[in-house]
Parts: sequence; structure tokens; C-alpha cells
Amino acid sequence: MIQANASPIAGTNGASRALETVGAYMLALLWALPFLYVVWTAFHSAEYEVNFNLFAPITLENFVTAWHSAPFARYFLNTFMLITMVLASQLVVCTLAAYAFAKYDFPGKTILFFLVLVQLMIMPEALMVENYATAASLGLVDTIVAMGLPYLASAFGIFLLRQTFMTVPKELDDAARIEGAGPLKILLKVYVPLAKPVYIAYGLVSVSYHWNNLLWPLVVTNSVTTRPLTVGLQVFSSPDQGVQWGIISAAALMTSAPLLIGFLLFQRQFVQSFMRAGIK
Amino acid sequence: MARSRFQLAPWILLLPATVLLVAFTHYPAVMTMVKSLYRLPKGSRPAKFVGTEHYVSMINDPVFWASLKNSMIYALGTVPMAIGLSMLMAIIVNSAIKGRSLMRMFFFLPTILPMIAVANIWLFFYTPSYGLIDQFLSLFGFEQHNWLGDPDTALGSLMVTAIWKEAGFFMIFYLAALQQMNPTLAEAAALEGAGRWYFFRRVTFPLLMPTTLFVMINAIINSFRLIDHVIVLTRGGPDNASTILLYYIYMVAFRYWDTAYASALTMVLLVILAGLAFIQFGILDRKIHYK
Repeated sequence: MIQANASPIAGTNGASRALETVGAYMLALLWALPFLYVVWTAFHSAEYEVNFNLFAPITLENFVTAWHSAPFARYFLNTFMLITMVLASQLVVCTLAAYAFAKYDFPGKTILFFLVLVQLMIMPEALMVENYATAASLGLVDTIVAMGLPYLASAFGIFLLRQTFMTVPKELDDAARIEGAGPLKILLKVYVPLAKPVYIAYGLVSVSYHWNNLLWPLVVTNSVTTRPLTVGLQVFSSPDQGVQWGIISAAALMTSAPLLIGFLLFQRQFVQSFMRAGIK
Repeated sequence: MARSRFQLAPWILLLPATVLLVAFTHYPAVMTMVKSLYRLPKGSRPAKFVGTEHYVSMINDPVFWASLKNSMIYALGTVPMAIGLSMLMAIIVNSAIKGRSLMRMFFFLPTILPMIAVANIWLFFYTPSYGLIDQFLSLFGFEQHNWLGDPDTALGSLMVTAIWKEAGFFMIFYLAALQQMNPTLAEAAALEGAGRWYFFRRVTFPLLMPTTLFVMINAIINSFRLIDHVIVLTRGGPDNASTILLYYIYMVAFRYWDTAYASALTMVLLVILAGLAFIQFGILDRKIHYK
């Protein structure tokens, strides 16, 4: 995907092209600056916050302080449990529904599909008032299950997998059926393996969404034992705490670290996955 | 596939998704409508039907109007900027420029950071005099400024943060579209002696139109959905200058615990989102590339 479309178009003079190149680098620098600055403050002591000295000593002290000033280990565990639950449920629920939409014809199919797509527009955040009432009536407020509930089925996932399943050649399906495979076996042996890249793409998008999600978890949790990282970071860095910027930067980097490291290592896969998920 | 006889399989396959979606999307949407017509139960007194009472108080609520206005300004400000910048980023990254994969990484990076972390970072940038922005501007002789504490700049500051966070995400869609473009178009244009700006205006831009529509709808939805940065940076202030609709709903529901009024406010949000859905599925979808 990095293949360059070297523009073969003639008729531009060197000066304006050089100007464009400089502009492009300026934009990239502008975009990189906030992140680079956070890395700088996180790894240096407070006196270097606005004093840029290349030989300033690098320290991990901010990370150590941040780690010990809030139960981040517990927050990591909570986030991990949340995304595991959400992703596992989404994969199963969306696969089954997408298979039904792609393979079968049944009365009311179009209407049902339309009703599924409603969730693309009216996302769970808009319905947090009622969803909170539901969680309360189920006695689930301040539980990890409640944080995941509105996201266990995803219209986006159903849509994405249905599009993929529809491209599975009918011959493969028929061949499996002739060999005596039932619908579930056909799904697992034919459809799911062919959709593997889409599953990876969807998994990455879903994990980053829920790793970063704040609003609903903020509303529905109120204790250390359930809070995910995002809510923990929000509580930790509330202005009235008077925490130092270096420590906040360290905490921000720490909470984003797994995704960040994953992204830096597998940059192409990340970008391609978001692309694949977006253009279906 | 036997079409004539009734099949049980699809219904069983659809059952889990249907139950979950109904329970957390359709049912709450209907209940929001119902509850917006009732007064909250108090003690032993049951909920009382009050018809349009909450809607009347909404019309007389200046904070509601401020939040609606701010939401509009926010959407109108962030969406075109994010679209323009993301298109530009995609063109840069798709060109033969040196270091393009590093540039692509920096453009995309904010996308995978949690908004809450991003907002905390920007809180520091906006700090008067000591923050990065004032430090930078002071080089050019600007006075220090309380970006988040001034009603004139609070909402704009939120918008800048959101654009930084989101433009790289939308860049991906443009990048995908650019890579699907037929390279012979550029060759043909070169033979004709067309300039690059002309080529962009007459060929690239129109070909990117379906992507632009798709990105636009998603950017508008995001502008109504994301309030993490509002919670961290301004808390809607000063004096509601940066309160957007969902943030107001959040405050009314979970700070003042007036869930009936919050339901009425949510109805406004649902109507806006339904309107967007109608535009997307009804009008734009015929031209949009997916399907």
C-alpha cells in the first residue's frame, strides 16, 4: 500500500513544488509535535517541561510515580476483562447474524436488516440515560458486565461480516453441503476462514474503540474494582488533584501503551485494518 | 437454498443479535420517548403523565438553546476542517514525497490514543502563559491568553483538539480511495498538459466525492457523540460557552438526576441523528461506494 503514485503531471515549476514539499513537512511536524512533546515531558523531570535541552537526563520517575498514585494495575485488568468480554460476544453474535443475512432468504429480512443498521446511527452513547435505567433495574450498575452490555451486539460488525460473507462463492457452500456438512459446520469451515482478514480488521477497530471509550463506563461505574483505564485516568488527572504534567503525560502514555506499541510495531496492519473496516 | 418452506435456522442465528439490539437500542429509544412525557416518580407518588411539559420547559431553557447552538457551531467548524485536512494528508502520504511512511504514522497516531488522554495532554497545551501554545505564540509577540477560560475561545479550543484527533482517521478513507484511482487518468492528463491543481479540481476531487460524503456523515455523527474532551477541558464552561448537546444531557441526567428532562433532551438528539440517517440512507446512499 505504500506504492507511490508519483505524479507524472508536468507543467509545475520547481519553486512551487518545493514550497508544497515544505508545507507538507510543516503539517506533519505540526501533527507530530503534541505527541513528541508528551513523550518529552513524560521522560524528563519537571524542570525540563519548557526547557528543551537535548542532553537533559532521561528518567522513568514520572512513570513510577504515576503507577503508584492510582491503582493502574487494577484498571488495566478491568479494561482487559471489558474488551475480552465485548470482543468475544461481538464476534459470536455478529458472525451468526451476518451468516443469516448473507445465506438465507426469509420474510422480513430487509426490514430486520434495516432495524439492525439503526444502531449505526443511534449509537449507545445517545441512549445512556435509558441504558443506565436498564442496568440499574438489572442490578448491574458498577459492574464490568454493565460497561459491556450496550456493545455486545454491533451493527457495524454485522454489516461488515455480511458484506464479506456475501462474497463467498456459492460453489464452496454447495460442495460442503454435498459432503453432508450442516449450516453451522459450513459457517465454521467455509465462511469464517475466508473472512479471516476482516475478523482481524474488525477486532483491531473494536479493541481500540473499547480501550479508548470513556463516556458510558464513566456513567455506569463508580469504584476502583470496575473502572477501566480511561475512567481511571479521568479520576487521576482531575484538575483539583494538582498533579504534575510530567506525571499526567506518563499516565496518558501508560494507559495508551498497549495500543501504541501495537501500532508502532504493526503500523501497516493497523492502517490497513482501519481501511478495510471503513470501506466495506 | 430452499425458498419455499419455512426455515428455522436464520431465526435462531439472528436471535442473540436481535435480543441485544432491541434491549439496548430500540427499547431504550422508545422508552426515552415515553419517559419524556412523564414527570419522575417521587417517593410513593407514581410517575405522572405531563404531556409536553418537559418540551415546553426546554423551549424556555436558555442552556438548551446554547447547547444546540454550540453543537451546530462545533459540527460546522470541525467537519469541513477535518475533511479538508484529511484529504490533504492523504494526498501528501500518497505522493512520492520522502519520509511518507513516517508522516502517515504521525497523521494516524492521534486516532489510536484515547480521547481522554489526548484531552489531558491538550489541557497542558492550553494552560495560560506556561502552556505550549502560549509559549509558541509569545515568540511572535502575542500576549498570553486563557484559551479554555474565555467564552470566545473555549469552544474553538475543543474543536482544534478534536480535529487533531480525528483528521488522521478520515485520512485512511481518502488514502484507500486514492489508491483505487486509475493511474492512467494522471498519465492522460499529463499528455494533455493539465496542471496539477487543475487535475485535482477536475479529476481527483470529483472522484473522491463518495468518500467525502461518507466521511462527512461519520464526522457529523462523531461531533454529536464524543464529549470526553468537553469533560476534561472545559466542563461546558465558562458560562455554558462550550456546552454541547450530549454534554448537557450528561449533566442533566447524571449530575442533576433529572432523567425525565434528560429524556426530552435526548429526543432532540435522536431526531437529529434520525435526520442524518435519513439523509445517508435515503439520498446519499445511491452515490456512496459501499454496497
